[in-house]
Amino acid sequence: MRLLEYQAKELFKEFGIKTPPSISSKDIEKGRKDAKELGYPFVIKVQVPVGGRGKAGGIQKCSSDDEFELKYPQLLNMSIKGEKTRAILLEKMADIEKELYLSLFLNRSKRCYTIIASSEGGVEIESVKNQTIREVGLGDVDTQTAKEVANEIGLKDSQEEQFVDMLQRLSKLTIEKEAELAEINPLAILKDGTLIALDGKVMTDDSSNFRHDELQKYQEKSELEKQAEKSGFSLVELEGNIAVIGNGAGLVMSTFDLVSDNGGKPATFLDVGGGATTETVYEALTLISKMKRVKGILVNLYGGIVKTTTVAEAFIQAYNNNLIDIPVFARLMGTESEKAKEMLKDTKTKMFDSIEDAINGVVMEANK
Amino acid sequence: MTDIYEILRGQKDADGNYQKKKVIVQGITGKYGSTHAKLMLDYGTNIVAGVTPGKGGQIFEDKVPIYESVKEAVEATGAEISIVFVPAKFFLGAAKDALESGIKLLVAIPEHVPIRDAMEAIELAKKKDAIIIGPNTPGVIVPGLIKVGIMPATPFSTGKVAVLSKSGTLLYEISNNLTSAGFGQNITIGIGGDPVNGTRMIDAFDMVKDDPELEAMVIVGEIGGDSEEILAQHIIDTGFSKPIVGYIAGRQAPKEKRMGHAGAIVMGNYGSAESKISMFAKANIPVAKRPGEVAVLLAGKMNS
Repeated sequence: MRLLEYQAKELFKEFGIKTPPSISSKDIEKGRKDAKELGYPFVIKVQVPVGGRGKAGGIQKCSSDDEFELKYPQLLNMSIKGEKTRAILLEKMADIEKELYLSLFLNRSKRCYTIIASSEGGVEIESVKNQTIREVGLGDVDTQTAKEVANEIGLKDSQEEQFVDMLQRLSKLTIEKEAELAEINPLAILKDGTLIALDGKVMTDDSSNFRHDELQKYQEKSELEKQAEKSGFSLVELEGNIAVIGNGAGLVMSTFDLVSDNGGKPATFLDVGGGATTETVYEALTLISKMKRVKGILVNLYGGIVKTTTVAEAFIQAYNNNLIDIPVFARLMGTESEKAKEMLKDTKTKMFDSIEDAINGVVMEANK
Repeated sequence: MTDIYEILRGQKDADGNYQKKKVIVQGITGKYGSTHAKLMLDYGTNIVAGVTPGKGGQIFEDKVPIYESVKEAVEATGAEISIVFVPAKFFLGAAKDALESGIKLLVAIPEHVPIRDAMEAIELAKKKDAIIIGPNTPGVIVPGLIKVGIMPATPFSTGKVAVLSKSGTLLYEISNNLTSAGFGQNITIGIGGDPVNGTRMIDAFDMVKDDPELEAMVIVGEIGGDSEEILAQHIIDTGFSKPIVGYIAGRQAPKEKRMGHAGAIVMGNYGSAESKISMFAKANIPVAKRPGEVAVLLAGKMNS
């Protein structure tokens, strides 16, 4: 799960990591109350699950009611990189002396947590300079290691102490919440010498959700994504108009790449999974039928254990029930594919032997 | 390092045939486990025991005895290979049972195993000098001899190319293309689509690279993590000289979105397809633009 800033900060507070005073809201009525409580001036920050929001104008200063009435609705209705605003955070401005960077992430190849720290923060991690990188195993970060990291990024005395404390708290959070990433960026040194988390990003391991009921309130899935999860397939929604369906994440990604290479714009990444049945594929088609922007459906299946006839049957049911009336371009390979092609012969499904031809067809259709 | 070929096929006998190694199936009575146990038996895999707690003493398909634990199954059969089909939340328990009972190759099928559990199982495997393939893997196959996994049989044929793949369906698709083009496979290993893999790309490479029968390798990667980059550097460092061709899925995937696999996510530049493709280029590994191109590139490399 990718937590929004305000959610990450709630966790920070729970673990004793200092953050500026802030309140989150999802509508302007609540926002007005928050504004009164917090008092001007403050910053209005859009909450989106994607980076680069500062540059996109998603963080605005606000120092009066008039400004608030103008800016709050603007920010609430904005989209950044295709992601709609999920919430608004009002936050007191901090008196910043210097911005640092600190994160703990799961190093997949080393199979341990890794600290990244830098005396230069406030930019995206790729642009963070002078990185101090430390592999720290799977347990808590010990005081000695935390001190060494603090020293390497030039912190001494009280600031070193505060940093050590913050890093150890962040490490505790990472382990307890089973996070793949916990990032404080920027970690600000205020004019009065206090260290504080100005922005936060936390990504948790979705596979561990079953033992983290306390995190469920942070789940920010669209209705479609929730339904997809219930039916056992994975769905990523995008802004395009071609629904891409297949079995197996790799095959769908590969199909997705080819659609984009050929000028098409995918509306979905939909993996019906290795255990697809007629019912689940039918449900997938039901989801897609609700997406009004979709102009064509591209199906790429490699039938292995899942028979292609199982999938063909779902399409036939969907046609019979008038569920879909947009053209379908399909390439079916593997188990019983000849039979599946025969089944779909007289339907709106156009069959192709190569995925390249199917893609050409669907892209032309969608760009009409 | 534990020799995966030794575990999967042993030494040739006087007639030049490899051995039929014994395999245990954990979760053999479940819907998924039983389906695939049958398919593996059909392929010729020597399944000697099943494990389902509470069902010990029963017989699967009139020939495979079921035990309460891997410990009992190993004591009765001496098998060193086990394939696990239990639900993700029970994986760690099942893995411990297997590894502590002397299993040397554990094929972990379940998807959605928590990373922490996977890491704990991997730690234990290291201590026991055992190999875990997966989790979230289609498994491993030595075509014509042994299939320990959920892959369909048809894409694979005997031959001399090793295929290592994070993705299952792309493994089938690409192996099928290779087979059609006359490139059979010596072994194919599913790395798995999770963030943490028992056998990483680099481990799988080291396991297969010295086999004298091996003539070429195909590496099927995808966005997320840095295992392809690390492998490419390793190939440069070791000077491996047999032909290798790559494929990377997810070039056009949006950042910070999980693309079906738990591990398939780009964070900043970490895990991006560009990063992987440029490292492959440095290691002189051509990367196919589409799955169908892999066999074509390999043919080019083999003839040059």
